[in-house]
Parts: sequence; C-alpha cells; structure tokens
Amino acid sequence: MSRDNILHRIRTAVGRSAGQAVADPPPVRIRIPDVAMEKRIATMFERIEALSGRAHRAATPEDARAFVAAAIEGKSAVASNAPFLAECGIATLPGVRSGILDREELRGLCATLDVGITSADYALADTGSLVMIASPNEARLISLLPPSHIAVVPRDRILTGLDELFSILPNPAEATSSMVLITGPSRTADIEQILVRGVHGPGQFTVVVVG
Amino acid sequence: MSVEFDRKIHNTLADADLQLAIYTATARLKDKRVETTAPDALPEYQELRTQAHAVKKHTIENLDYYLEEFERNVEAHGGKVVYAKDGTEVSDFVLSLAKERGARLIVKSKSMTTEEVDLNERLEHHGLESVETDLGEYIIQLAHERPYHIVAPALHMTRYQVADLFTERLKVPRETVIEKQTAIARKMLRQKFLAADIGISGANFLVAGSGAVVLVENEGNIRLTTSAPKIHIAIAGIEKMIPRAQDLAVFLKLLGRSGTGQLLTVYTSFLSGPRRGAEIDGPDEFYVVLLDNGRTRLLPDRGKRQSLYCIRCGACLNACPVYRKIGGHSFPWVYSGPIGAIITPQFMGVSHEPALPFASSLCGACAEVCPVKIDIPKVLLELRSDVKKAEARDQRGRLEKLAFRAFAWLMTHPRLYEMAGKLAAAVAPPGDGWIKSVPAPMNVGPLRAWLSQRDLPPAPARSFREMWRRR
Repeated sequence: MSRDNILHRIRTAVGRSAGQAVADPPPVRIRIPDVAMEKRIATMFERIEALSGRAHRAATPEDARAFVAAAIEGKSAVASNAPFLAECGIATLPGVRSGILDREELRGLCATLDVGITSADYALADTGSLVMIASPNEARLISLLPPSHIAVVPRDRILTGLDELFSILPNPAEATSSMVLITGPSRTADIEQILVRGVHGPGQFTVVVVG
Repeated sequence: MSVEFDRKIHNTLADADLQLAIYTATARLKDKRVETTAPDALPEYQELRTQAHAVKKHTIENLDYYLEEFERNVEAHGGKVVYAKDGTEVSDFVLSLAKERGARLIVKSKSMTTEEVDLNERLEHHGLESVETDLGEYIIQLAHERPYHIVAPALHMTRYQVADLFTERLKVPRETVIEKQTAIARKMLRQKFLAADIGISGANFLVAGSGAVVLVENEGNIRLTTSAPKIHIAIAGIEKMIPRAQDLAVFLKLLGRSGTGQLLTVYTSFLSGPRRGAEIDGPDEFYVVLLDNGRTRLLPDRGKRQSLYCIRCGACLNACPVYRKIGGHSFPWVYSGPIGAIITPQFMGVSHEPALPFASSLCGACAEVCPVKIDIPKVLLELRSDVKKAEARDQRGRLEKLAFRAFAWLMTHPRLYEMAGKLAAAVAPPGDGWIKSVPAPMNVGPLRAWLSQRDLPPAPARSFREMWRRR
C-alpha cells in the first residue's frame, strides 16, 4: 500500500522510526501591535480603497441600515443569518431574502440575485481583510456568487492583523470547516497583466463598519 | 543539451513579441515584490524568511510525523486522506470515486501538482470532463498548452491570441477587449461550477495540527471549486506540510508579497473537512490526496532536501536573467525557472535533461528573493556534479576519462612532460601571436571543437623549468 511505503521511505531517508516523537517546531514571530481602534479603522479603510473596494463608517445600526438600503436600491439581495444583520434591521429590508437554511435554495438565490449581504467574524486592519467563518449564521456562497458583496461589521471585531487572528484562533479547524479571508474584490491579471475585477467572485466589495 | 531544449530556447529568443511579453510581465511582478518587501513596508521581512526556512526544515526532517498528524486530524473532521505514489494512483483514485458517485463533470482550480501528473488528460481519457477554472489555466487548457509561469500561466499570450482561441473553441463572436473576454470566461465557467459533481483543488499549505488545506487565490474560482460541488478533492505534494495554523502568520505574509506583490491575495481559504453540523453549504465529502511522485527520492540528500521547502511563489522566475530570456516553455517540464532547474532533475532524474542545471549563470538572484531561503545556486552546483557523475558512468564519458588519465600520467612523469612541452613548442605555428588552430593532422574532432571557442597563448621561448634550472 502506498501509504506505508511512502511513510517508510521518508523515515529511512530522514533517519526516524515510526511513532518517534518530535521536538517542538521552531517558534514563529507573533507580535500584536498596540493600535488604537480609530487608527485601525483608518488603516483598514485605506487598504480597502486601495484595492478598489468601498468602505463606509456607520455611527449607528440605523445608519448602517440606511446605507445598505441605498446601496441595494433597485437590486435584489440575499442576506446571511448573522444575528448582527438582524439587529441592524438589514435582514428585513425590502427586497432582501434572508433566514435561508436550505443549501439548494440558498445556492439558487446566490446564483441569481445581485447582492450578497453578510457580517464578518473579524476584520484585519493592516491588510483590509474580512474573516468569514462558515456556520449556520454565515454560508460560504453569499460572499461569493452574487456580483456584489456587502459586509456589515461591528467595530469591536476589527483586529490588527494576521498575528492577532491566529493568536485568538490558534486552530480555526476546531470551530468550522471553512475560514476564508477576503481582501478586496475578486480580480485577475491573467491576460496581458491587465487588472480586471469580478472574475468569478464579486467585482464589487463594500465594507460597512458600525460604531 | 537535447535538441528539443536547444530549439525551444532559440525559438523563444527569436520571437520579439514573446521577449517583450516575458520581460514586461516579470518586471512588473519583480517591482511589486520589491515594493512590498522593502524595509519600510515590511521591516521584519528578513526575520520572516529565516523563520519560514526553519519551519520548513523542521517539518521536512520530521515529515512522517506531520503526515500522520495531518491524517488523524482530517479524519477527525470527517475527511479522508489518500496517499498516492504517482500520477496513476492519483487518477485511479479520482476515477474510482467518480464512478462510485456517478460523477461526470469536474471543475479544477489551478494546481502545479496536478500539472505534474497530467491529471486532466488522464481523466478526459476516461470520459470525464475536467475543466480548469483559473482564467489563465482555462486559456491554456483551451490552447492545449502548459503553464508558462507558476503564477501567471498564460503570460505569453496576447489578447488577440485569446480572442482567436475563444472564437475557435467556444464558438463566441471575436472579442478583443480584456474585460469582455474575462466576462465570457466567467459566464462559461459559472455554468460549470453550478453543474459540477466534483471540485479538484491543489493546496498551498497543509496544516498538520488542524488537518486543514490552505489555498490562496485572487479570482474566487478556488472558493467555488471547493464550495459548490458536493465533493472536494485536494491534491497536494507531501512537502506542502506545516505544523500549526500559527505558522501561516509567517508564510502568508511572504507568499502574497513574493508572488504578486500583494499583502494578502484576495481570498485565503482554510478548509478542514466537509461541511459540519448545521453549516448551510460546502461539500459533503472531503478528500486529500498526498502525492509523492519522486519527492521521497530527494529526501536522503541533506544538501538538496531544501528543494522541498519551495512554496511556489514564482519570485525566482521573475528574478532570473535566464528565465527572463528563455521563458517558461523552454524548460523541459512543468516547473520552470530556477526552481524548475533544481526540482526537475531531482523528480525526473538528471538524465531527463542533463543540460538543465547548467542553464544558469549562478548569479544568485534566485536565492536572494526566495522567501524560504532555498540556496538554489548551491543545489544547482550539486546537480551539475551529479550530471557529470552520471556521464562518467555511461559511454560518452569514456573518451574524456581516457584523455584525463593520459594527462594525469604525463603530469606525474616530469621528464616526459618536459619533452612533450618542447614538442608542442616545436609544432606550434611560428610568430608570437595567440594560437588559433593546431597543425592539420591534429585539427580534428574534439580538439578542433575546443579551439573553435578558445585561443592558446603563444609557446614561450623557454619553459619555466628551464628558467628554474638556469636561475
């Protein structure tokens, strides 16, 4: 069987025996800078805009609701089951489908509607990224299939960057089958190095920070 | 040098459009890398490189341990791990699974590992449709070509060539605007994603402690490949392992910057197992195929083992003065550039293209940009030595060996050596200029070929030995 064969070849080559313990892997640099929340938000917005995403600061949940309502006017949208979207009254906006738990139904909607609205579990200031953890609250396809993605994030979820994320979640696999970092709109430069947005994922990417 | 290698190099050098395309694309990628790794942009860059090297070294030295840990964790999350020794075992696995599940359509995301084993051809041979979904890979699949560059597979093609290709193969009206070409591909591939039975991806990292597959991309096709179909199969080389999720804090910072000059690629997916519990979407089945395909062959050599630390960022291609002239398709296998020059001979055997380790100026630009600090020039030198050893073992080395033995014998017999020196001076052409040829009877074969590129200094009036005696 190839499994045992491959493992045996490796052990012979590196001089180990089956089940032999290993020393701890070399420590890696995890440094969490002390950055004030306002500075984090400013950096994150700068990054998102540099990637041609749109960033908006909403003072209150009502502001966020009004911003999203204006952004999806005349369009169809599907919202995730994130409690924060319900709290903001976004899930119940006219023209927004939400509360969907059936895979096939959700997939059909995501493939045909214009906008996908989600929250995010975290956001990373220094790269302008969203951290999306799949759960009954957040499906994978809402931030992926519709041509436009709007994420509404409470400000206390904004982390400094990757180092902080991996110190909060040293093993993301414990919580979910899928954690995705989203950094800007979908893009390609595969033909003549010319940048084109919205290849397979959303070409429009909007982040609303609430609070 | 094989005729094939020589011909491809000459064709590339003679193609002015291609030269410009390679030069511009690699220069852009190179500049963006420099910008994002500069000391003011990333002060800890050198520290991260050192750590990445140390983590990879530790993992490869204990690879069996981490493979088993990975396997346990994938299984704990409801996935399955399959080991494959070569391309046949990979395609056998995919084919039997497809047969059991009645699957016909496969969507694929870009993976150098599956290029390595010609997976698409093998699957299509058995009546399955296997579609590449990365835009560049989709284009080269339609053109029946191989990736030109690790991160920019269709680097060598112009929008006009893409227009012709789409018209011919997709039966769409000719379109030369790149945005519209991209929209055509999006539409075609969207249908495939929604209808596909199986999604096949590669892996940028395998995280042992999490049983997770990590994938980076910009287009979103990897997310679709791994989320839309009911079955996800990740195919990865065994060397893709890292111990913990935390190590990604180092590797992700290096990979995006080194590859395309991005702080992070647009999407980074961390996937462990099929969808769980009440999760709404995601695959029902999750498999990871761990491929050897020659990798364990290069483990015993402590010096060359570091070739397996590579994270396939492509930075060494952009930095390499040789790649930037001869391009990706001149290389004899799917991996091109400096990293291709060190892994091809090790995976395929040095005789696959003996000239490959010599197609380098050893300038060291590759080692300087490598995010995991692989000493590529050193490995090239060791491979050159391997090529020479292999040549000595076969017929072609015999004549050379004989000549050196005769020379060694002459050198260890001073009297004869002196006589030979005098003889050589006597037959040397008169005058004190450089000697460009030897007298007719000797002006044949290897000696003639040797002198066609070299001149000898004129014979001295008195040899050093004579001067020494008369001092």
